[in-house]
Amino acid sequence: MDTFFLYALAALGLGASLLRDRTRTLAAVKKAWKAFEGILPQLLVVLVLVAVALAVLDTATISRFLGSGSGMLGVLGASLVGAITLIPGFVAFPAAAALLKGGAGATQIAAFVSSLMMVGVVTLPMEMKYFGRRAALLRNAFAWAFSILAAFFVGWAVSI
Amino acid sequence: MRSFAKRYAAAIGAALAFAAFIAAFPAWRGAALGSMGFQTKAMLLVIPPIFILLGLLDVWVPREKMIRYMGEGSGVKGTVLAFLLGSFAAGPLYGAFPFAAVLMKKGSSFRNILVFIGAWSTTKIPMLLFEMAALGKRFALSRLAIDIVGILIIAWAIKLALPRKEVDRLYAEAERIG
Repeated sequence: MDTFFLYALAALGLGASLLRDRTRTLAAVKKAWKAFEGILPQLLVVLVLVAVALAVLDTATISRFLGSGSGMLGVLGASLVGAITLIPGFVAFPAAAALLKGGAGATQIAAFVSSLMMVGVVTLPMEMKYFGRRAALLRNAFAWAFSILAAFFVGWAVSI
Repeated sequence: MRSFAKRYAAAIGAALAFAAFIAAFPAWRGAALGSMGFQTKAMLLVIPPIFILLGLLDVWVPREKMIRYMGEGSGVKGTVLAFLLGSFAAGPLYGAFPFAAVLMKKGSSFRNILVFIGAWSTTKIPMLLFEMAALGKRFALSRLAIDIVGILIIAWAIKLALPRKEVDRLYAEAERIG
């Protein structure tokens, strides 16, 4: 559904652009290609990192991590796993829901979900290309620390 | 212009490391190849529309407009716009980075770029609906509330921690890449 929306938007934009100006539309497509080719080397590195991370940290392993640990250690572990992995929401949410039903703490699940979304260790090569080493590392460090704080807030909000 | 081999050196190294990984850990071979295939498909599917949209943005939105709406002096309006732009986006976070580069090139302020990245990463609306269905309204909405605060704090903290010179360098780089 996500992707469908994206394609619909791109098709609509491309159509409107074509109607108004052919040469500018061509320029836009050329720029799109140039931007893509520019990032392709980093994209390929990310692809390999994701493949290995997901092979080692498969859903069963992640579930063990999230289910077993409780307290601060569990929250830390959950946020670390979330930071490293790159799973689309439509896979992560049902898995997290199943864990929640199975007795995992809301704080741990929130730490996982938050860091999964905000922190991207495997996508760092791409982020660094656009934001530089310093800003990219800072963003991920801040986001990771924040995802732990957010987890305690969500855990508290769910419990009241 | 840098040569092809130099640009792709890291990618080739990663590919070799992947081959070595597969050879060394047969237990993970199936899973690694499987997730590689899945991720490649996901990337190929999601990348074309994202890059077409950023190409259109680049060509059609004039710099003066972007500066007015999201530039240094855009204030609260610019921040809200950055939030909305990121929240209505679709696709994984790595799609946000090239988009951010075009926004930089067009003169959006660095703080708003960081807000945009943060919003793209966590407050996407289709994802939120899905999260509410899977994990409950209370979980999803409290996470949304705290994350909106977090995005603003993180944007502010990065802006504070990053020297002006580095930000200028990033803008010059965005100009070059775009």
